[in-house]
Amino acid sequence: MLSIEKKTNGDQLTIALTGRLDTVTASDLEKEVDTSLENVKELIMDFEKLDYISSAGLRILISAQKIMNNNGSMKVINVNESIMEIFEVTGFADILTIE
Amino acid sequence: MAIKETELKIPAKVDQLSSVQSFIDGVVEQTGVSMKDSMQISLAVEEIFVNIASYAYQGSDGEAVIKAAIVDDPASIKITFIDSGVPFDPLKKEDPDVTLGVHERDVGGLGIFLTKKTMDDVNYVNQDGKNILTITKNI
Repeated sequence: MLSIEKKTNGDQLTIALTGRLDTVTASDLEKEVDTSLENVKELIMDFEKLDYISSAGLRILISAQKIMNNNGSMKVINVNESIMEIFEVTGFADILTIE
Repeated sequence: MAIKETELKIPAKVDQLSSVQSFIDGVVEQTGVSMKDSMQISLAVEEIFVNIASYAYQGSDGEAVIKAAIVDDPASIKITFIDSGVPFDPLKKEDPDVTLGVHERDVGGLGIFLTKKTMDDVNYVNQDGKNILTITKNI
């Protein structure tokens, strides 16, 4: 299960994820990324309540990062230790802005 | 030596992923491993099962058998995936270049790469017309 909560503040959008970002749930986030980023200059992905990410989830993060490289900026916040290690092994720690 | 082994036989379909994960979680929980190890096992299981579900039977119906064993000496969790689909050794796939920037990045192949990096052993054999892939995580 994945729940996606969006909060807009001017041209800043925060997407807070709760649960598991896997092969099955990644398509829900993909829809948000495909439809919500127009007019967004700053995208914040809040992973505080995200327990799990698989390569399907990583793929969506790359898509979002590519879009935001053109539109403005993106950062990922509140990443737990287990997910951080996945970012490090895959080189995502260097691609993404993680705070 | 396996202390305890359990088996799940399931249709090789992506929508069965949560059943597969529940089955594995049930085994992993008995070992008291850290959250990090548990997540890495989930991740490897997802990548391998989704691969089987997506490619093994080329669109027709088929089954996957998953065996999970808690082993001592060395203490580890050993998970074996068996399918009767087309022969495919995922370990032959070349590792992706993880140093590339966002625009050059092709995320294909990342799943099996992560599996190889996070498990202590990954082994593939094709035996009696079956793909048999075993992952081992020391605990």
